[in-house]
Amino acid sequence: MIAIIKYNAGNISSVKNALNRLGYNSIITDNANEILNADKVIFPGVGEAGSAMQYLKERGLDKVILSVKQPVLGICLGLQLMCNFSEEGNTECLGVFDTQVKLFPPKEIVPHMGWNNFSSIKAALFNGINANADVYYVHSFYAEICENTIATCDYILPFSAALQKNNFYATQFHPEKSGDIGEQILKNFLEL
Amino acid sequence: MDIKDGKTVKGINFVDIRDAGNPVELAKKYVEQKADELVFLDITATIENRTTLIELVKKIAKEINIPFTVGGGINSVQDVSKLIQAGADKVSINSSAVKNPKLISEISKEFGNQCVVVAIDTKFIDDEWRVFVHGGRTATELKTVDWAKQAEQFGAGEILLTSMNNDGTKQGFDIDITNKVSSAVNIPVIASGGAGQKEDFKNVFEQTSATGALAASIFHFGEIPIPELKQYLKNNKINIR
Repeated sequence: MIAIIKYNAGNISSVKNALNRLGYNSIITDNANEILNADKVIFPGVGEAGSAMQYLKERGLDKVILSVKQPVLGICLGLQLMCNFSEEGNTECLGVFDTQVKLFPPKEIVPHMGWNNFSSIKAALFNGINANADVYYVHSFYAEICENTIATCDYILPFSAALQKNNFYATQFHPEKSGDIGEQILKNFLEL
Repeated sequence: MDIKDGKTVKGINFVDIRDAGNPVELAKKYVEQKADELVFLDITATIENRTTLIELVKKIAKEINIPFTVGGGINSVQDVSKLIQAGADKVSINSSAVKNPKLISEISKEFGNQCVVVAIDTKFIDDEWRVFVHGGRTATELKTVDWAKQAEQFGAGEILLTSMNNDGTKQGFDIDITNKVSSAVNIPVIASGGAGQKEDFKNVFEQTSATGALAASIFHFGEIPIPELKQYLKNNKINIR
């Protein structure tokens, strides 16, 4: 069973739909036992960092997420909440990845929204994916590149398109909305 | 895709509507052909049809793995919430935003500005570009560029700009208004209305700051296959997926 963490973030059902298409059962849950006992955990989300962290803390989910031993995949806001700190609402985050989340300087259109590529360093998450494949991004804040960065994207400036540390994986783009490429990335994660 | 009673339809200059097939099947076809995003606009948007629309959105969300926008008859944050829960990634608002621009901020505050597409139907009359509402039936006093800027200030994440003069004519996108709007705002602008040939896409991307181009008839009726269009644009050095 795959657990999708339920919190106050939009459109979580699209992750569930994507897992269904790949033939995986999943539950959307904020129950600690269900999360800790799942085969894989997905931490999705489009939303605002401050209120999302507050929601997680109120339910003790911040500690639950950190104690998961199975592979965890953060998506979009999920990735940002797994960093140390976010400028969005000046929010202390989970601190899995040793990096900061900042607002894009308004040199070009913000949010960075639409299809863009990513260059990946060799990582299990990207098995079978060609260099510079296009994936779908929607975000105004970005995680700075750090030693946990496993893929980068350049929009206004280079940022972390994906991060990994131990069993924690995260993508800034939305694999569940990135066509065949996204499905392959999700499949790679589910088969870890 | 314009949706009427759960079916895809297509008109010319917003009238003369004809059937273009099952929206879920068309959506699947477009995903296979590597369309970048899909837009579904419920052009009847009556209360009776809302349930049909929500069911349709659920079906689409189950089948497709690219972003999609749903619009038509959205008047409140609750309407948006239902569509998002059904699986829509973005919502498009038009007449209701003109009537109550605060709706843009309310939706953007609740779901993020990436979720709010403000659709603008515009027509060149009396020597200026003006905004039309109610599916293009009613003229307003609003000038198109002014309204686009206001929509951005209220928190729109994207503008879907349809030139009614060009819609369904296959004579090309309107470069003039697309250029004016896309230079006036700092959010993505999708050009719509008038696509008939591959060159029309090249022209709109080369001559304006539009970040996307939308077409219906030429795709629905198979006149220009999406892969062929994309290859053509790539050959012309236009940066696309």
